[in-house]
Amino acid sequence: MDYFWAFVVGGGICVIGQLLMSLTRLTPARILVTFVTAGVVLSALNLYEPLVELAGAGATVPLTGFGYSLGKGAIEAVMEKGVIGAFTGGITATAGGVAAAIVFGYIFALIFNPKTKM
Amino acid sequence: MANKKQKTPEQQRYQQRVNEKMPRSKTFSQCIRAFISGGIICCIGQLVRDAGENLLMLDEEGVAAFTAIVMVFLGASLTGLGVYDNIGTWAGAGSIVPITGFANSIVSPAMEFKREGFVTGTAAKMFTIAGPVLVYGVGSSVIVGLIYALFRM
Repeated sequence: MDYFWAFVVGGGICVIGQLLMSLTRLTPARILVTFVTAGVVLSALNLYEPLVELAGAGATVPLTGFGYSLGKGAIEAVMEKGVIGAFTGGITATAGGVAAAIVFGYIFALIFNPKTKM
Repeated sequence: MANKKQKTPEQQRYQQRVNEKMPRSKTFSQCIRAFISGGIICCIGQLVRDAGENLLMLDEEGVAAFTAIVMVFLGASLTGLGVYDNIGTWAGAGSIVPITGFANSIVSPAMEFKREGFVTGTAAKMFTIAGPVLVYGVGSSVIVGLIYALFRM
């Protein structure tokens, strides 16, 4: 059942992205920025948490989930440490993903060359 | 060629109808493909989550980080191998919206601009898309945190 909801919710979020791309001609970069920001705002309004509980990776793997981690991290850190948490919480919560993106991104860009476009 | 210029009104009406119908049905099939591919990628993510939870016995935070790291690794390596772009032509947003697409957006330009050097080429171009994502993502999370702090006082 976990996988059913992961598929449906994850697929559904991607369909929203596809609709934005097809109908409004938003570039992928803008889609990603929109989705991250939307994730932060939805997590602040407590609307994204139920989706994560229902769908697990279906909600956390799309980039809205990255925004959710940022927002949730910032809010939780504020609860614990006060104002300073607003600045430390988001990046702390997403540190693993960001560091992995930098390290693996750099390594694979070094190892491989772009394939010639057909 | 001659046929192209001399269209009967009927043909023109037909052409108009085709133009009206085409983008919509294309959008529909794109959405189906985005749904399937995005769903599959998220199921792989769920598999990784379950592995982190049950095999590696990670806590909630650990599971989230582990999943992000593994998915980013997959996205980056498949981009390097040239596989991810092939998936992308079929999947559309289904390959862009998941975090693997975020990794793809880092590796693609970094590979492309390698010849401009390791600093202003690879390292700088890694963030052509990831940079804005971090700026708006981290930026809005700080604002949200500050608003929360304000209401707590």
